[in-house]
Amino acid sequence: MDLAFTKEEIAFREEVRQFFKDNVPPETRRKLVEGRHLSKDEMVTWWRILNKKGWGVSHWPKEYGGTGWTSVQHYIFNEELQSYPAPAPLAFGVSMVGPVIYTFGNEKQKKEYLPRIANVDDWWCQGFSEPGSGSDLASLKTKAERKGDKWIINGQKTWTTLAQHADMIFCLCRTDPSAKKQTGISFIVFSMKSKGVTVRPIQTIDGGHEVNEVFFDDVEVPYENIIGEENKGWDYAKFLLGNERTGIARVGMSKERIRRIKELAAKVESNGKPILLDPGFREKLAACEIELKALELTQLRVVADESKHGKGKPNPASSVLKIKGSEIQQTTTELLMEVIGPLAAPYDVHGDDGSNEAMEWTAQIAPTYFNYRKVSIYGGSNEIQRNIIAKAVLGL
Amino acid sequence: MDFDLSEEQRLLKESVDGLLTDSYDFDARKKYMKEKGGWSKAVWGKLAEQGLLGLPFAEADGGFGAGGVETTIVMEALGKALVLEPYLATVVIGGGFLRHGGSDAQKAAHIPGIIDGSKTFAFAQLEKNSRYDLHDVVTTAKKKGNGWVIDGEKFVVVNGENADTLIVTARTRGDRRDKTGVGVFLVPASSKGITKKSYPTQDGLHAADISFTGVEVGADAAIGNPEDGLALIERVVDDARMALCAEAVGLMDESLKTTVEYIKTRKQFGVPIGTFQSLQHRASDMFVAVEQARSMSMFATMASDFDDAKERAKAIAAAKVQVGKSLKFVGQQSIQLHGGIGMTMEAKIGHYFKRLTMIENTFGDTDYHLRRVTDAGGLM
Repeated sequence: MDLAFTKEEIAFREEVRQFFKDNVPPETRRKLVEGRHLSKDEMVTWWRILNKKGWGVSHWPKEYGGTGWTSVQHYIFNEELQSYPAPAPLAFGVSMVGPVIYTFGNEKQKKEYLPRIANVDDWWCQGFSEPGSGSDLASLKTKAERKGDKWIINGQKTWTTLAQHADMIFCLCRTDPSAKKQTGISFIVFSMKSKGVTVRPIQTIDGGHEVNEVFFDDVEVPYENIIGEENKGWDYAKFLLGNERTGIARVGMSKERIRRIKELAAKVESNGKPILLDPGFREKLAACEIELKALELTQLRVVADESKHGKGKPNPASSVLKIKGSEIQQTTTELLMEVIGPLAAPYDVHGDDGSNEAMEWTAQIAPTYFNYRKVSIYGGSNEIQRNIIAKAVLGL
Repeated sequence: MDFDLSEEQRLLKESVDGLLTDSYDFDARKKYMKEKGGWSKAVWGKLAEQGLLGLPFAEADGGFGAGGVETTIVMEALGKALVLEPYLATVVIGGGFLRHGGSDAQKAAHIPGIIDGSKTFAFAQLEKNSRYDLHDVVTTAKKKGNGWVIDGEKFVVVNGENADTLIVTARTRGDRRDKTGVGVFLVPASSKGITKKSYPTQDGLHAADISFTGVEVGADAAIGNPEDGLALIERVVDDARMALCAEAVGLMDESLKTTVEYIKTRKQFGVPIGTFQSLQHRASDMFVAVEQARSMSMFATMASDFDDAKERAKAIAAAKVQVGKSLKFVGQQSIQLHGGIGMTMEAKIGHYFKRLTMIENTFGDTDYHLRRVTDAGGLM
């Protein structure tokens, strides 16, 4: 048992950190620290910098542009990226559809899509959830009917994150209505510019526009746009969702948040002195830091295990990461709310423009708090995670 | 970075688990509890035979030169089997004082007896009002000739009845709560002036309240600097906290396992109650709590070797916070999911709960250690 990183790993951390210092646009970093939304241009600009460095799709196999890093190196990269902070690569392309395409797609699809994902020539979005199919995803109804060399797609997706920017969508569609729930689904990709695709924004409680409803009305898609085999889409979806194991804990991000809490808590007064000196507040913060330390260690256990024994058999501790990671992220947003207290109130819809300079530094704190309720809902709600632990780990 | 056990460590784990599977089921434990002082000399002899009592001592002192990981392995296993024998008091604490502060002569006089199982120790530290503060000491040790005279009262001294040697904290100068002036003394349990009142504890161990009236010991009784022993005491108690974290992880593992087995077999409404989602989610939360505690127990193990005493203390305090929170949840919910049967002395789950509960209140509870981490400026 040894917690120390090797000399090479420490040097790698330095290299990554220095690269972020030299290359992340300062305005992008500032917005992330303050919890502001980035524009499409800001994100794409940064991802292309990352891709040029060869780190855009770091966990892909080398032949498709990956780095060949060890699990520990991936861990270090993510931790540094989150804690710098810099925008994470677009998950829908890089972590979700990319691996499905290089694992189950044909050569033509690999050639066509993978380089464009890596360079964000295409912005991808995810067509999974539907109004009637949330946790019970396999009940989805969006229909793809084969007509000659085309699919005709009808239905509705929802909670489609950043679909307003998207060029492409990967979509779970029912292709065999007579088959049992999970068995009649196919994984189909197509252009968001196709005729019959309508994107309607959903405003969330933080006032932001991250998610959308997407409607398909007789959308014509070439038959060859199916990934893998017909009616095997559910298997690919499970593969896709199982890919995200350690990044989900977001330890680096929560560490960055705690730095931010301390920075603001040293500025804001309570009882005539900085709230950072308030014993009650300090204990809550320390309790959060201890939870985060425990999570970091749990994540390291999973990473070390993968690094040594391969990814074949997931470490049972990995199921802790989503639940605890999301809870801690939410706690940090609560602590930020507590720091600013009554100053949380102003609702500045133009906060991203910084139109109210006096309040600018507090403007995003309440919206972030509201926004982060999502992290225990998406990606398989924490209740679904508990079902998974009960079944897969405890055998209940 | 590597959390796996080495080959030797894996063999150690197998051998201690194997030994306890053979000699320590729940019924056997009930018998051991009735022996003098509340534990079994025969089991202790077996632990000695397997070399477990000599693990942490230097090879030059007749031991195996093992580190924190090995202690963690043994303590987890002892927790899993709900072992009564005084490993913590004798090997971790008694041995710890000798290892970290003992002179060559003291080591030569005491370590062989620990390793061969012929002698056990007890730590006479707690006082009526000291609670968790190790420097809060009223008991005095006054110089007399070359030696010392000890006067005072110590409470809940685990293994106090059977121990051959007591390790006593006593004030050599200053006032009750001064951080300097506390010494550590090796006191033969048979010394004149010692009286003991022994009793079983809530978790099935045995302890004693011990009073010292004009107890005379030689100059060689003091371990380390008798005028400034707090750093040594903190060092050894940190080892003990680390060991308790590991014991708690073993207890929690077994509690969760027992509880999951129970809800898989107990039927109500015609089905196993483990098919109900509310119970499944509770069990999943217990799993999360155990894994978080395991991670921090590992952190404590690694921290026990930190050179910087402040960093060591902070890390181990943080571990005790996480373990304290986890053990309370896992302990309470184990009883809840067992229902009425969990309330009975007859079922073993209640005994796990009781030992877990007592661990929280040993050498600093969750609030105490959270305050220490807070006062030390947090972890990040």
